[in-house]
Amino acid sequence: MNPTDFTLAGARAALDERAISAEELTRAHLDAIAALNPRLNAYITVTAEQALAQARASDERIARGEAGPLEGIPLAIKDLFCTKGVRTTAASRILGNFVPPYESTVSGNLLRDGAVFLGKANLDEFAMGSANLTSAFGAVENPWKRAGDPEAKLVPGGSSGGSAAAVAARLALGATATDTGGSIRQPAAFCGIAGIKPTYGRCSRWGIVAFASSLDQAGPVARTVEDCAILLRSMAGFDPKDSTSVDLPVPDFAAACERGVKGLRIGVPREYRLDGMPAEIERLWQQGLDWLREAGAEPVEISLPHTKYALPTYYIVAPAEASSNLARYDGVRFGLRVEQGGDLKDLYERTRAAGFGAEVRRRILIGTYVLSAGYYDAYYLKAQKVRALIRRDFEQAFAEVDAILTPATPSAAFAAGEASDDPVTMYLNDVFTVTANLAGLPGLAVPAGLDAKGLPLGLQVIGQPFDEETVFAVGRAIERAADIRALPAVRAHA
Amino acid sequence: MSYTIEGETGPWELVIGLEVHAQVVSQAKLFSGAATEFGAAPNSQVSFVDAGFPGMLPVPNEECVAQAVRTGLGLNAHINLVSRFDRKNYFYADLPQGYQISQLYHPIVGAGRITVELSDGSTKEIGITRLHLEQDAGKSLHDQDPSRSFIDLNRSGVALMEIVSEPDMRSPEEAGAYLTKLRQILRYLGTCDGNMDEGSMRADVNVSVRKHGEPFRTRCEVKNVNSIRFVMQAVEAEARRQIEVWESGGTVDQETRLFDTARGTTRSMRSKEDAHDYRYFPDPDLPPLVLEEAWVAELKAALPELPDARRDRYMRDFGLSAYDAGVLVLEKETAAFYEEVARGRDPKQAANWVMGDFFAALNRTKRDIADPPVSARQLGALLDLMADGTLSGKLAKEVFEAMVETGEDPGAIVERRGLKQVTDSGAIEAVVDKVLAGNADKVAEYRSGKDKLFGFFVGQTMKAMQGKGNPALVNAVLKAKLG
Repeated sequence: MNPTDFTLAGARAALDERAISAEELTRAHLDAIAALNPRLNAYITVTAEQALAQARASDERIARGEAGPLEGIPLAIKDLFCTKGVRTTAASRILGNFVPPYESTVSGNLLRDGAVFLGKANLDEFAMGSANLTSAFGAVENPWKRAGDPEAKLVPGGSSGGSAAAVAARLALGATATDTGGSIRQPAAFCGIAGIKPTYGRCSRWGIVAFASSLDQAGPVARTVEDCAILLRSMAGFDPKDSTSVDLPVPDFAAACERGVKGLRIGVPREYRLDGMPAEIERLWQQGLDWLREAGAEPVEISLPHTKYALPTYYIVAPAEASSNLARYDGVRFGLRVEQGGDLKDLYERTRAAGFGAEVRRRILIGTYVLSAGYYDAYYLKAQKVRALIRRDFEQAFAEVDAILTPATPSAAFAAGEASDDPVTMYLNDVFTVTANLAGLPGLAVPAGLDAKGLPLGLQVIGQPFDEETVFAVGRAIERAADIRALPAVRAHA
Repeated sequence: MSYTIEGETGPWELVIGLEVHAQVVSQAKLFSGAATEFGAAPNSQVSFVDAGFPGMLPVPNEECVAQAVRTGLGLNAHINLVSRFDRKNYFYADLPQGYQISQLYHPIVGAGRITVELSDGSTKEIGITRLHLEQDAGKSLHDQDPSRSFIDLNRSGVALMEIVSEPDMRSPEEAGAYLTKLRQILRYLGTCDGNMDEGSMRADVNVSVRKHGEPFRTRCEVKNVNSIRFVMQAVEAEARRQIEVWESGGTVDQETRLFDTARGTTRSMRSKEDAHDYRYFPDPDLPPLVLEEAWVAELKAALPELPDARRDRYMRDFGLSAYDAGVLVLEKETAAFYEEVARGRDPKQAANWVMGDFFAALNRTKRDIADPPVSARQLGALLDLMADGTLSGKLAKEVFEAMVETGEDPGAIVERRGLKQVTDSGAIEAVVDKVLAGNADKVAEYRSGKDKLFGFFVGQTMKAMQGKGNPALVNAVLKAKLG
């Protein structure tokens, strides 16, 4: 067996049994990156030397019997997490040369538990995008291919496209990601892997380049639900440096995966049956419900009446917060500065014009507009009210059910150019995922099947606040029932 | 008679409201652990939060919140148990985040009021609209280089309280009295040091004028006035400017102006049309600030005595006049000094000495109450020497001057200079005998009815004793000897 084919849990066992060393495991991944990253572009920065040094340190700890929960596990870190001494770009020219003097809390937690960092994963610029096409460091290619169409380059989804592609192609055992409107779940679904956005407040946001503060949440992507559970346990935890982080104990999520779903009531929101939804998505959803019923759960139709307002609400709240969060990239203290004489205003205009890509500029403009005097009440304030209603929809639903099952995405991965010309079409990718962000709920994407062309499709499990355990249990039941054996066309040692 | 300014068309009334920015006394900034000391080397007190680095998040500093609550309590104001932080967005080089965290919609302190004293002895209540917490910006230095500006972020993120008054003031004097009183309360509370020349207290002055009985006319805001005297001057200058505009047929436009201290006039800074659109919205990095009632009650119980209460106590317990009590409580440090001098002694005599010789000495030596030429303990010891008869009032003044000069204790000065008052009646009798013997003619005159000569004998005796004779004893002995 090739070391890059291990699951994270399998690799941990192999390391503990000395079947493989951490250095060997890391080297195998670095070799795979060297071979495939030029094509997939999943990593912006590869930290080979640092990774090998970390792996050797892991081997020493393993030898001393001091292995941490993630000891020797090679991971990709989305390039939105600040990593001390390692360039952190947010996939933007404006941070192209930024080397943080600090480590984000989440990546620091992973290092504490013994993880090895292979490098920084590509993403949409400032995590704004659903196809990983907006990165200043180039697009990421999805390692999956449509049957009979090896030429078409499919998108990996976004914004955590690099993380998802790297994990799917066996260029990492797992990866950190972030999710503001679906940026973990949609690329996980497009790349045929699992990914969870935990409850807002579960993971610290400290040291993660902010997109929309009230929606951003870090989470893992990995090839199995259990691997996500293992990663999340290390990433999560209260952080006094983040006022929105929540002081609750972090459960053993991996143990929860095997709880089973017997007796659980699974909500099926009728508003998620969209007009014109592809039949195979509809079938997949039904299949998921059948599996859960067979495993002892009871599907229950529920109503989330404000669902149709979720996407417009999201596209007001997120750009509004982004327009303010991105004001600090002004060329004054760090990052790109474009100086050609002139005054302070010229410095701002030149730096930001050269530093931000089109999608980021679009969202800054939308956000600035919806917050401006005279429009604030009509847009931002109204959106906040709708957001409260969406949250209440879920509260009412969770009085009846334990978890909710929906499709993860309205389609399988598409090719670059097929949908990206129109930003509004692109925004529709988030239609099933934004609600969990608006309501702050945990949402897991789990591979559940393949479309007619052999591309992976995912289902989404939404849970109650801080009840990731039930979400993992439901996700694992689907994963077990689906038992997908197909592999992406582009992968290490294919 | 209310204050008016006489224009060509008759008297004009002034309407004034103040927005005071007061820097919170605390070890750390509002949302970061960086220090707040004044005068540190540029950019030496800056955390990554203050510099707006990627991924940095604000965490409220509990002490800054407590200081705002104490201030609210000191201003007799409503404490909002739930408040929120908002972002005020604008671009400037000394504003690293691109927004200032402030409290527009839900401030921590609501309506309150303070009473100010006016020079005619009357008092007036001034309403407080609100108090909110916000971050200060950094400082732009434009005078270090011909082509570049430099930024010092030491002040970036320091906690400020913005204290907004109602438009209740009607004269420059009232504006000055309000600011004086506010500063006094903040200093008593220890929530702001009130040092206007270091910028830890600055005022934005809102001024409009109107004819008697009219509703408010358009106001202008004079920004960043940094002394009480300048506030009073700015009010008058701006009012006169507006009167001129109205009387020449123009209209006053709402705008932001600056006070030119050299010329004593205000000039336009930006018009309403150029006003920033700050795009305020609730800061998503900060959940609502929720205070527990018990915590507020604890802070309230631990509040120091405030100037009005202390003044009333001096009048009630010490029998001081309203004026004297008012002067002594003006500065917290002066009041503390006075109380130490007065403790266990005659409080009126203590007040006379503190306000008389001691204040004169402070002025003359150009020192202040924090570093006085004579300590409260020393002044108290001097009062004790008068009380036990060791020193006469006249000698005490001499000893006091020597204390100011040398910094020595009064006991040591009395000892070394032999200034001790003579209370030994035998010694006084011996001197009196000599004086009477040497002035036999005057004694005869006195005995024949020239009573006025008694003073002459007192003077001669004191002179012979170099002023050290106890005046009462000298009098008694002379009376007895002269028959």
